[in-house]
Amino acid sequence: MTLSWLFDPAHWSGTDGIPVRLLQHLRYTLVAALAATAVAVPLGLFVGHTGRGGVLVVGGSNAMRALPTLGLVTFLFLVLGSGEVSALVALTVLAVPPVLAGTYAGIQDTDAGVVDAARGMGMTGWQRLWRVELPNALPLLLGGVRNAVLQVVATTAVAAYVGLGGLGRFLLDGLRAFDYPKMVAGAVLVAALAMVLDLLLALLQRAVVPRGLRLAARGRGRGPARVVERGRTEVAADAAMREGTE
Amino acid sequence: MLDDLSRYLGSESTRQLIVDQLVQHVELALLPLVVGVALAIPLGWLAQRHPLLRTSLLGVANVVYTVPSLAFFVVIPGVIGTQILAPVNVIAALSVYTAALLVRPVVDALDAVPGHVIAAATAMGYRPLRRFLAVELPLAVPVLTAGVRVASVSNISLASVGALLGIGGLGALFTSGFQTSYLPPIIVGIVLVLALALVVDLVLVGLRRLLTPWARAGGAR
Repeated sequence: MTLSWLFDPAHWSGTDGIPVRLLQHLRYTLVAALAATAVAVPLGLFVGHTGRGGVLVVGGSNAMRALPTLGLVTFLFLVLGSGEVSALVALTVLAVPPVLAGTYAGIQDTDAGVVDAARGMGMTGWQRLWRVELPNALPLLLGGVRNAVLQVVATTAVAAYVGLGGLGRFLLDGLRAFDYPKMVAGAVLVAALAMVLDLLLALLQRAVVPRGLRLAARGRGRGPARVVERGRTEVAADAAMREGTE
Repeated sequence: MLDDLSRYLGSESTRQLIVDQLVQHVELALLPLVVGVALAIPLGWLAQRHPLLRTSLLGVANVVYTVPSLAFFVVIPGVIGTQILAPVNVIAALSVYTAALLVRPVVDALDAVPGHVIAAATAMGYRPLRRFLAVELPLAVPVLTAGVRVASVSNISLASVGALLGIGGLGALFTSGFQTSYLPPIIVGIVLVLALALVVDLVLVGLRRLLTPWARAGGAR
């Protein structure tokens, strides 16, 4: 039923066709993720590097996770008036905490000995930040971006409620018309988009691990004790990026 | 703004409605928490013992976690055959999310139980099941509660999305506020969701303290 809806040529053209809705969804996701990254990465770098305000950032982003997306979207819509602007603001607001937490966790997670060595080599604060801490933080930072993108893709579908385009339209229009195949098709498309974007970012995340770190991990990764420990740091990193730094 | 709010909350029937929705929200968000924990513990136990299951279960959990909530709510009735407007859909979807979120912490926590502790329990004559329930699981509680805290916050926030499908809970305040272009219900809804998340979080922290008396007694856990 859903398959025949998805492969019906009529649903692949026009302003309410799958390609148009998909591109809209991608555009909102991209704009919100980029805006959130532009805000959160510098802030996370600052807090992580100086160690000032860490409690505030972690506590704040934890509290933000409790903010109901539908409530925020409807609230901003009534306050700001326009569907598209308010939805984009809401999406950006929701994408900031994961990126912030990822950046902060990445900087915090950088081996203190490595930072010390950089200082011993005479690197200035800026040099340490750009050439040591940031490269070391990139995998966790991108982990934060990954979470943010998932959050934005999901919320964009919810924001169709206040008249935003995107794949959420199929879901909600289908619901209104009791058109179950259309609804499920929308759900499947949103889920597929989320999975594809997550996969792409996961590949990118793997690619940005600095060569030095990879070599170090391989060099140390022999004896069983080391393997367990490595597993556990990965776990800590994963936990940190999934849930802020609790 | 404040005038609007006090006028909105001034009505007896409105207050009753809000309380009803709060109660339903608690049910929609917290029942899955219990179900999810009950699912995640045996799954984590299995995954920790069988390497093949570990890879596949953690992989599935990761994929499940990427599915957007609204999409999940809509697909569930097609899978388990319930009505599209049934609250069961939200409860089922959130239970699966919770379990997916918790499998990894459970496995990690069980991995982290020191080998000598397990050896000591075995030497004292504990059979595997009893050893798991009496030794490994209690030691996993701190990590497990950290995961449950994350899951509870996200459940409480996600349960409100169910309102888009006409399923009650505090999310209904958002949709009714939007439909009538009236801010007070939306504000009350947001505040109550945040407050509920905070209260549940505090309860979970208290529960962890209760379940890990050795941590309170001071010294290493």
